[in-house]
Amino acid sequence: MKTIRHSAALAGAIILAAGLANAETVLSVTIDGNQDTINMMDALTAAYTAANPDVTFEVENRPGGADGDNLVKTRLATGEAGDILQYNSGSLFQALNPVEQLTDLSDIQANVIDSFKPVVTATDGTVRGVPFGSAMGGGIYYNKPIYAELGLSVPKTWAEFMANNEKIKAAGKVAVAQTYGDTWSSQLFVLADFFNVQAAEPSFAADYTANKAKYATSPAAMAGFQYLEDTFKAGYLNEDFGVAKFDDGVRMVATGEAAHYPMLTFALGNIKQNFPDNVNDVGFFAQPGPDAAKNGLTVWMPSALYVPAASENKDAAKAFLAFVASVEGCNIMIEANGATGPFLIRDCALPADVPPSVADMLPYFQTEGMTAPALEFLSPIKGPALEQITVEVGSGIRPAAEAAALYDQDVEKQAKQLGLPNW
Amino acid sequence: MSLRRDANRRRNVGILALLIATVVFILPFIFILFMAVKTKQEAARFLFTWPSEWHIWQNLVDVVQTRNYMLLLAFFNSTIITVGAVTLLVIFGAMVGYVLQRRPTGWNKLIYACVLIGLMVPPAVVPTIWVLQGLGLFKTIHGMILIQVAYGLAFSVLLYRSFIGTIPRALDEAAIIDGAKPLQVFFKVILPLLKPVTVTLIVVQSIAIFNDFTNPLYYLPGKENVTVQLTLFNFQSQFQSQFNLLFMNILLVTIPPLLVFIFFNRQIVAGMTAGGVKG
Amino acid sequence: MATRRSPYPYWFVLPAAVVFVTLFLVPTVAGFWFSLTRWDLFEAEFIGWDNYRQFFKEPFLVQGLVNTLIYAVFTSGAKSVLGLLLAVLLTSGIWFQGFLRSVVFFPVLVSTIGVGIAFAALMHPTKGAINLALSWVGIDGPAWLSDPALALYSVALIDIWKGVGLATLIYIAGLAAISPEYYEASRIDGATGWQQFWRVTVPLVRPATVTVVTLSLIGGLRSFDIIWATTRGGPGFASDVLASVIYKQYQAGFYGLSTAGNVILFLLIAIIILPLTWWFNKREVDL
Repeated sequence: MKTIRHSAALAGAIILAAGLANAETVLSVTIDGNQDTINMMDALTAAYTAANPDVTFEVENRPGGADGDNLVKTRLATGEAGDILQYNSGSLFQALNPVEQLTDLSDIQANVIDSFKPVVTATDGTVRGVPFGSAMGGGIYYNKPIYAELGLSVPKTWAEFMANNEKIKAAGKVAVAQTYGDTWSSQLFVLADFFNVQAAEPSFAADYTANKAKYATSPAAMAGFQYLEDTFKAGYLNEDFGVAKFDDGVRMVATGEAAHYPMLTFALGNIKQNFPDNVNDVGFFAQPGPDAAKNGLTVWMPSALYVPAASENKDAAKAFLAFVASVEGCNIMIEANGATGPFLIRDCALPADVPPSVADMLPYFQTEGMTAPALEFLSPIKGPALEQITVEVGSGIRPAAEAAALYDQDVEKQAKQLGLPNW
Repeated sequence: MSLRRDANRRRNVGILALLIATVVFILPFIFILFMAVKTKQEAARFLFTWPSEWHIWQNLVDVVQTRNYMLLLAFFNSTIITVGAVTLLVIFGAMVGYVLQRRPTGWNKLIYACVLIGLMVPPAVVPTIWVLQGLGLFKTIHGMILIQVAYGLAFSVLLYRSFIGTIPRALDEAAIIDGAKPLQVFFKVILPLLKPVTVTLIVVQSIAIFNDFTNPLYYLPGKENVTVQLTLFNFQSQFQSQFNLLFMNILLVTIPPLLVFIFFNRQIVAGMTAGGVKG
Repeated sequence: MATRRSPYPYWFVLPAAVVFVTLFLVPTVAGFWFSLTRWDLFEAEFIGWDNYRQFFKEPFLVQGLVNTLIYAVFTSGAKSVLGLLLAVLLTSGIWFQGFLRSVVFFPVLVSTIGVGIAFAALMHPTKGAINLALSWVGIDGPAWLSDPALALYSVALIDIWKGVGLATLIYIAGLAAISPEYYEASRIDGATGWQQFWRVTVPLVRPATVTVVTLSLIGGLRSFDIIWATTRGGPGFASDVLASVIYKQYQAGFYGLSTAGNVILFLLIAIIILPLTWWFNKREVDL
């Protein structure tokens, strides 16, 4: 009896020792719950493990939006953020205190396009993230069949856009779909207008951060709020704009219930998943401003992958991130989701057959000076109450001028909390 | 009043009550049920229609299988936390309520103030995490149980204190004269008489703790620690929400509390028809 | 005849006290400290009363405060009154009594997120079942959750729907503790049903009433989950209450500011509840 037990123990010990010698690294990854994100991460981790069998991944979902911001910050503060973190770039990245909380990734940026680096650079000049997913444009989706039916052409100025809307309304269709049930979507007219704002006032971002420019006193900046008010007043919105959700907006513009839907281009993923037959019916154009000659696209940089400073597997994590930031990684992401926009990796080309809405977006990127990053990538200040204020303006509860002033007040709170000078 | 009129009244009022209750309380549940069995596209339209296709089994399997059967683990974790916390809440709460009511001293004001503070003040998340980390309780199931106890004590003490007032001291005194020690008085004489309150407390607290979302989110992170409400978040937090699976999840998650209530419902009735408290 | 040791020993309180102090009081006090700082979770800088000043400058504080009071009084009042009436009804021996008790309590069981989503769908202005049903009877149903004048009350109704079952349960337990002898005595004295209700039931169910009113009032003042799950304080700011305002500061990363808001909320609750509790206690009857 005893000998058997001893042998068993010995065998167990040998197996254990063998296991330890060939130690597996398990990297814990936290991503948001977006289907696109899940697809890309699953594809990347599978490919990486296939090539490096001793590295496996545990992927966990976190909520998105403001709840997610909260959770990420709490976990970083308590050292519980795992090995790899997926999160926004730009001003939200800055709010994480990257110098102390995130690992320096400057040495794996060889393939990353330069325009991305500023949005993941900490205040000490080091780059702390790699791009994950494609860049997005903020503008207006339109339904091609409706345009063809009514003989409309893509508007180059806001006035043309409103003229189109008038004709669409006369034809008995919803001109502009709004989905204030998802409050974040109400901000598009304001945020996507930024290209036009900086075209009129090139130093707006810097002045704004330094407390010299304000939405209420800058006609170009206030335009976005005015657009919200005007589309509501003209009766161009869908009947249930107050409670409609993002999915509803996508459905309306894809199936031809509505002609326009102001939105970011990641929505293509939703169209593909829920309305695959209508993918070719949807086009995209940048939000037009006052000047037809200066009609460019406001661009949102993709989210990024970071390595928390408290991670115990930094080297393994960095190696994986280098893979993500390579051409091979980029191709895997494209394959996982199809192309929804340009990627920020050098030499990573999109396939030739992209849906019309992507094809409409690419020319902006290909021409010099036809894109501008959204304000949140040029300035750390973004008032948290903006989406509520835009809902108010877009629902006719508050006039645009008052709303702009209110937003300035909101922004002041954040600037003070960030401890910015001049506030 | 004649007996016949009484009986008629009972029948008519009962039927009327049933109709109203059905519309007010049961219809929303039917809505959840319908949403839970539809296809993704049909559910996304949010209409209160009879499902064109009944995908009960398919949706159920999809939900349970998500992220490697996360739901099953979640049920396990949530159950342990709930049972552990509720047990402690009943015992601790009754003990405190008992002393509070029976022994009026200066300390009582302090304890009562703490009860009110416990009810009124919203907990501070990050400092709590630091305390948990310091005690080695962060990200542990037993740590989570103690947190739920700490947050639930105020309500338990309040409930017990209120009702111990209805148990006459004469009973305690009789037991003491018979030579019972304090613990015996408490467990053998008082606690059994508190049955209706205890049952109420068990039902209420176990439901609250089982359905609690925010506390495990902060204090019990990690895949191995997932609780049932977190699985709801898996589906809701996406832009491309899968509402049919979300509602199926709600349905599944409602079953344990429902079972608890069905089981204890009979106890409540039994507790009330047995034992009377003499004036 | 002095008992050497009281049959109600102090140490009974000890286990509860240890858990409560360590896991609730200590962090709360630490939280008070943080309310006096500018805190982004990574570093804290002492700024004195600035957070409080900032909070009171918040444009919607006054509206949020008013909303909070309206919401709390409305839901608490409704739950207390309806709860007692339902409890009396459901202990009077009508048909289907047992089943009805379960039905009334059922909403308490469903998770708040579930309730929020389900009712948001039911209250949809055009496609929701409630308005569809109203249209059959010729009424044009309002935009329950997106009309700024109505949103807060709609959410309050959902809250009452979800919570009245709990009040009923507590009242039923309280009613069970009333000895039938009181009813016998009053019947002999010739009291009618109504008189029995007011003279016997209401006074003797006091412990339950105190519990229900106190808890539902505090719950109403602190209410957050249902509002968040249905309107997130919208449309715009119309259904924002203190708790959601505080949470939004928290989400924005203004942790010191948000904790200051918590302190203010706590003070508000204290100002209302403490006098109320004192008033209740004065009239308690020890049997």
